[in-house]
Amino acid sequence: MVSITHNPIDTAAVLASVKDADCGANVLFVGTTRRMTGKRETTRLEYECYEEMARAKMMSLVDAARDRWPIVKTSIVHRVGVVEIGEASIAVAVSAAHRSASFDAASWLLERLKQEVPVWKREVWADGQEEWIHPQGEAAPVTKDDSDRDSTKATP
Amino acid sequence: MMKRVLLFAAAKESVGQDSITVELPDTATVADLRKQLVSEYPVIRDLVARSFIAVDQQFASNDVLIADAKEIALIPPVSGG
Repeated sequence: MVSITHNPIDTAAVLASVKDADCGANVLFVGTTRRMTGKRETTRLEYECYEEMARAKMMSLVDAARDRWPIVKTSIVHRVGVVEIGEASIAVAVSAAHRSASFDAASWLLERLKQEVPVWKREVWADGQEEWIHPQGEAAPVTKDDSDRDSTKATP
Repeated sequence: MMKRVLLFAAAKESVGQDSITVELPDTATVADLRKQLVSEYPVIRDLVARSFIAVDQQFASNDVLIADAKEIALIPPVSGG
């Protein structure tokens, strides 16, 4: 299950969605809006996405994770719009027979999502400043053939 | 040919629109589109240099021809999660 929602994420439902009788290892990651970044205070985050592409990218990441690990069920839910302090912006759940696959796959999915799924956050700081976050650093993998397993680097 | 480019996040905010339309020769590539965007909208010059171009919802390298593209988007560095 992959979805993008404007509503609060029901994290228990995300975890329940990967439950499977053949799985003994269920991992749920929940990313929430953090108040402090160093000494700077955040008031809230606002997310926006390129919805069709974001959904397609998340689905292709799930497919790629399935090729890498013997995972059984996977759910990714990303919230967009305003996400207040302590509220969840992302939930990733993975089930597998054993814990190494579910831990590793969940971690990998989240890292890849943060690099290549077209979702952006706007940080609203307590000091009154607001800014879109566009990280410097390594470029997302770009593929001509839509295979996320290829890691040909495109030039920004 | 006229091509519409979807804008998001800081690009949308800087330009003040959620899409822009640029005129390009039929043989234009992603690289040509980047040059045209920067030329017409210098306010996003630095961001374009750090962004990807998505053609029909796939990240596209600079040599890709865009004549057949149905949907083009400027994808600034992402910050989801």
